[in-house]
Amino acid sequence: MNLVCPTPFLNEERVLLAHGGGGRLTHQLIERIFLPAFRNPALEAMHDGAVVEVNGAQLAFTTDSYVVRPLFFPGGDIGDLAVNGTVNDLAMCGARPLCLSAGFILEEGLPLETLRRVVDSMRRAAACAGVSLVTGDTKVVDKGKGDGMFINTAGIGVVEALHPIGPAAVQPGDAIIVSGPVGAHGVAVLSVREGLEFEAAIVSDTAPLWAPVEALFKAGLEVHCLRDLTRGGLATSLNEIAAGCPAGMRLEEALIPVEEAVSGACEMLGLDPLYVANEGRFAAFVPAAQAGQALEILRALPVCAGAARIGEVVEDTRGRVVLRSRIGGNRVLDMLSGEQLPRIC
Amino acid sequence: MKYLDEYRDPAAVARLAEAIRRVVRRPWTLMEICGGQTHTILKSGLPDLLPPEITLLHGPGCPVCVTPVELIDRAIAIAARPEVIFTSFGDMLRVPGTARSLFSAKAEGADVRIVYSPLDAVKLARANPDRQVVFFAVGFETTAPANAMAVWQAAREGLRNFSVLVAHVLVPPAIEAILSAADCRVNGFLAAGHVCTVMGYQEYEPIAVRYRVPIVVTGFEPVDLLEGIRMVVEQLESGRATVENQYSRSVRREGNRPAQQRITEVFEVANRKWRGIGEIPQSGLRLREAYRAFDAESKFALGSIQSAEAGECIAGLILQGKRKPYECAAFGLRCTPESPLGAPMVSSEGACAAYFAYARR
Repeated sequence: MNLVCPTPFLNEERVLLAHGGGGRLTHQLIERIFLPAFRNPALEAMHDGAVVEVNGAQLAFTTDSYVVRPLFFPGGDIGDLAVNGTVNDLAMCGARPLCLSAGFILEEGLPLETLRRVVDSMRRAAACAGVSLVTGDTKVVDKGKGDGMFINTAGIGVVEALHPIGPAAVQPGDAIIVSGPVGAHGVAVLSVREGLEFEAAIVSDTAPLWAPVEALFKAGLEVHCLRDLTRGGLATSLNEIAAGCPAGMRLEEALIPVEEAVSGACEMLGLDPLYVANEGRFAAFVPAAQAGQALEILRALPVCAGAARIGEVVEDTRGRVVLRSRIGGNRVLDMLSGEQLPRIC
Repeated sequence: MKYLDEYRDPAAVARLAEAIRRVVRRPWTLMEICGGQTHTILKSGLPDLLPPEITLLHGPGCPVCVTPVELIDRAIAIAARPEVIFTSFGDMLRVPGTARSLFSAKAEGADVRIVYSPLDAVKLARANPDRQVVFFAVGFETTAPANAMAVWQAAREGLRNFSVLVAHVLVPPAIEAILSAADCRVNGFLAAGHVCTVMGYQEYEPIAVRYRVPIVVTGFEPVDLLEGIRMVVEQLESGRATVENQYSRSVRREGNRPAQQRITEVFEVANRKWRGIGEIPQSGLRLREAYRAFDAESKFALGSIQSAEAGECIAGLILQGKRKPYECAAFGLRCTPESPLGAPMVSSEGACAAYFAYARR
């Protein structure tokens, strides 16, 4: 039997869809192309947004583009996603969101009614999050050159956290809290996009997250790190933090909340809910002694009713996230490699 | 979740692990055939629970991994044609061919689409009468009925713009190839539950007798796998070598007859080349003469395509259980899911991908 085997090195010199998946390929793009070009301290913090000091005030600044297909999905649409996503990136910097910009790239032929619906949804989302949309831009591209519409938003907020927030502040002994069941947004989008029908309706979790973050601050809790669990899901977000902090993490699979309908859909589709995108969920790192209080505060808010403590920061798995499975075995919980679902936010 | 939680129950797992420890006396090497089983084993951390006497080897049951490089190159050449909509299960898209993958062909402008069923590809053909829709019919006996059904349906409707690129392989000839190798160390097999759901397990009975090897048809959840391991070990310790069925909630001895009939109506058994292993006689399926009009390879004149495999990857040894992924010098260094040297690092059923994702130390 002939035992030679496969394949030359794939030296990929083009952008693949997976480069936008939020996983390791996205990080390669950032590390090999963007960071070397733009290197500065604010960027190098590699957080959800940048924190810059202006005349003594700590401002958080962030931007995000939205290319979700379809434009409308159960529980939300590209409009509220575009507002909530940027609001949440600011909140994860420990900043109260103040104002947003919106750039619209519209495809020739888009029904104005569609645009009206999206804009109305942005208006409602902005009101709900307490932000103003203060500037914008509109461009139109030829038919066939855009998927109906793309939206970019940028946002400014003022930092209200009393302690520095970010991976570097994470300490061994911190409790890891997730703000609710994971995976619903990605599965909701996939279900309409692929025409999949499930017995129970799965609805996106898109929501603004400043209110729960503010509640944690107001209670005087020492929040070490916050991260919203968007592309690449819980697993990728925790790996990003683990890579930037001097410790590792241990999680209990049985404690991670996943709605039954979502886990059923994931079983059918061969997806892992820990890698599926969320748009209204975040992870918080607080000292273990404050974990109970943090959970109580979060669970009192509807958007975080399903908050749970899922693990802890430890010294012995430095840079790694290790998951104890339901049956008691341990495994590495890695960052998403390529992509599970194309373009879900 | 019903039908799943009971097969992931920690108490049941602990009981089975204890039962295995009680029965095992000597070292045994078991091979699970299916890549889906490999992933469950690593994802749930099963090796932590097994006694040291038991070694698990990972078998060739990853259809994406064993699809020959020539066929992937052909798929890419077909996908690049402007009239073609090339459809496939998502897994195939990242597998490296000689120079690139279907994903990179997509980035260069080919119309490559992920479908969840071959019947969706038939639907696409119906909806796009001016395009040629090609489905990459990959897999073991598990996917063969649906793929046969797609061809059968297209034939019945007279769809002339639908075809399949066939890369079907069969499990029993692969087991025989592994067992007849001079350096074979496998003492017992966990057969793939889903393959047997379609085919039954009668065809494994002569193999168990001829090679004196226990074969247990096994499911895919942690409790299934531990129970399958226990059943194989019990046979080995008591000197028996028969076929037993752990996955009785899905598998019957005779299998799913209507599904088998659909397969034999559309396909016939043929020699197949396995990537990294070589040609195994009578180990695959091809379209019967009556359905040749749906064969993408004859439909599109591709001319000669030069295919080549690179040196460093040891996928052939991995797929036969002769090496573990971490015994490869390139593993995790020059070979990662982002820049794979071989298919086992890419596929969601590939052994190297499973070790990279769950068991890197």
